[in-house]
Amino acid sequence: MKAFAALVAREVRVAWTGGGLWLPVIFYLAVATLFPFVTGPDKALLARTGGGILWIAALLATLLPIERLILPDRQAGILDQLAMRGWSDELVATAKIIGQIFAFALPLLLATVVGSALIGLPEAQLGTLLLGLALALPALSGLSVTIAALTAGLSGASALGGLLLVPITIPLLIFGAGTLSENPGNAMQLLAATALAITALSPFAAGAALRAGRT
Amino acid sequence: MRRRVMHRFANPARFLRIAKPLTPWLLWLGIALTLGACLWGVFFTPTERLMGDTVKIIFVHVPAAWLGMGGWTGIAIASIVQLVWRHPLAGVSARAIAVPGATFAAICLITGSIWGRPTWGTWWVWDGRLTSMLVLFFLYLGYIALSNASSEKGDTSRVAAVFGIIGAVNIPIINRSVIWWESQHQKASITLGGSSIDQAYLVPLFVSVAGFSLLFGALVLMRMRTALAEMRIEARMRRMADY
Amino acid sequence: MSSRQAPLPSISVDNVAVIRGNRLVLRGLTVTARSGDIIWVRGANGCGKSTLLRLIAGLLHATAGSIQTEGRIALADENLALDANLTVAKALMFWADMDGASADARSAALADMDLQGLAQVPVRFLSTGQRKRASIARVLTSKADIWLLDEPYNGLDSASCARLDQAITAHAATGGIVLVAAHQPPSINVAHSLILDRPEADA
Repeated sequence: MKAFAALVAREVRVAWTGGGLWLPVIFYLAVATLFPFVTGPDKALLARTGGGILWIAALLATLLPIERLILPDRQAGILDQLAMRGWSDELVATAKIIGQIFAFALPLLLATVVGSALIGLPEAQLGTLLLGLALALPALSGLSVTIAALTAGLSGASALGGLLLVPITIPLLIFGAGTLSENPGNAMQLLAATALAITALSPFAAGAALRAGRT
Repeated sequence: MRRRVMHRFANPARFLRIAKPLTPWLLWLGIALTLGACLWGVFFTPTERLMGDTVKIIFVHVPAAWLGMGGWTGIAIASIVQLVWRHPLAGVSARAIAVPGATFAAICLITGSIWGRPTWGTWWVWDGRLTSMLVLFFLYLGYIALSNASSEKGDTSRVAAVFGIIGAVNIPIINRSVIWWESQHQKASITLGGSSIDQAYLVPLFVSVAGFSLLFGALVLMRMRTALAEMRIEARMRRMADY
Repeated sequence: MSSRQAPLPSISVDNVAVIRGNRLVLRGLTVTARSGDIIWVRGANGCGKSTLLRLIAGLLHATAGSIQTEGRIALADENLALDANLTVAKALMFWADMDGASADARSAALADMDLQGLAQVPVRFLSTGQRKRASIARVLTSKADIWLLDEPYNGLDSASCARLDQAITAHAATGGIVLVAAHQPPSINVAHSLILDRPEADA
């Protein structure tokens, strides 16, 4: 358990010292800033579309850490050393996903408060948006580790990662944006179910990808 | 105490012995059935009351949709076989399915768009089924890009197999979510294939599905044989470079 | 975790073949090592020295044959496996935590490899020889029974070589096993040396 905690702590520390912690957050807010330039600063329009904009920005921000998640550890021999100590690939993936929840999901959730203020999201919607993202961001963390393991060491890894990530995140985006629409229906339940399923399965998917990527 | 015993590499020679004579049979039978079904469907079935002659595009559209979706099922099964039993042919077959599968998904999208044009008045409407097929098409592109990029590291990449399985798990979720999304925004539009299909269409449709499936099989076998031949050449080149 | 009192460490590689990509890297290889053995794995570049070490470490699958090992294994190869931004002491402490080793074990390893002066220097500033010493210090910290050292003498000055020899001899004397893969002979007496040849091209 102590060793597992040490590995999670290492993930957070590497993100922090490598600048990987702030990059997605700044990118997220930058994308959120871009949209008003497209739609015009019309308050009503921004309030109506703003939540969806932040959802898309969160999905795009998921792509940023992909290159630093697996490849440097594989090249440095860290993954080899862990495997020799009896760590299963699934356990390593789980530690990395939990590390991502601390180093990516939480900062992004905090940044959402700032982002929603920038976009002028109605205050009534902020709670829904935060709840929805809080459900989806662990799933996105799991997917980013999985995609990072799939593309580690391949040429054009980041573009490839985007191509792989976008179709898979569509259900999260649909239900997530659905929670903010005028008739949300059961969107929040569907989002919770989808996000939990993806989060629960991602250690196995990422573990299998780590194993498959070992040459 | 740890013990690791690996089995020996299986030999694809037996596959080649069966595949070589099978390919022309599948190919020519497929072409004959497909052409027959399309001619039958276009000239010898009654014109549909609501949608006119454009409805006859279903003789291409429906088989394409079936093969687009069936193709990923094939990729998923082959990927599981590759990862679990490490059968060397499984990876080759999964990769051989990808391009024909993507092509049929694209044909399904194009024919759907042509079919919908007179009904909708535009080439593209965010119809649930077409949108799901579009997402599937992107999954195919991702798979092809991933297997191409990872093939630099080995003949049959296992990362592509992992993505094949991830995609197979996700496709039902994607379909459900897109249908849910459409239901939230529906404004009484006519969905494709909504009207009951006339009995007279059913038989040529089945023949057409069978014909296209045989063609698909022939394409996959041809691509597998090409891939195996390339692997043999590459192995020889590597040995020449090494020793 | 410590298995020193438990069965003696041993390695048994039996008639192993390895195919990597389309290349036959090892064929019909049989190696046995018992407690106290020091083995020099020698051979030209590309003859499969590193492959053999990774095979024993469990990082590669053999295409044919079987491998059995008893005891904990530590590997020092070209990959440092130490975080570049951390100080040497902290980077080693991470692996000490992973192995359930104490801070004392780490300090002793630092002393053995003459790294006390560099303990507070970030890993990224180390020279090639210093990196090599740091990765050997990681092996020392791990308290493993079997050491797999891939080209450990590269970049080491003669004083460091002597230190390494001393550590290897001491480890074997207390019942450990050391495999040293090197193209040049190590300066210590080896129990026996294992010569790897390239397998013929009739894969």
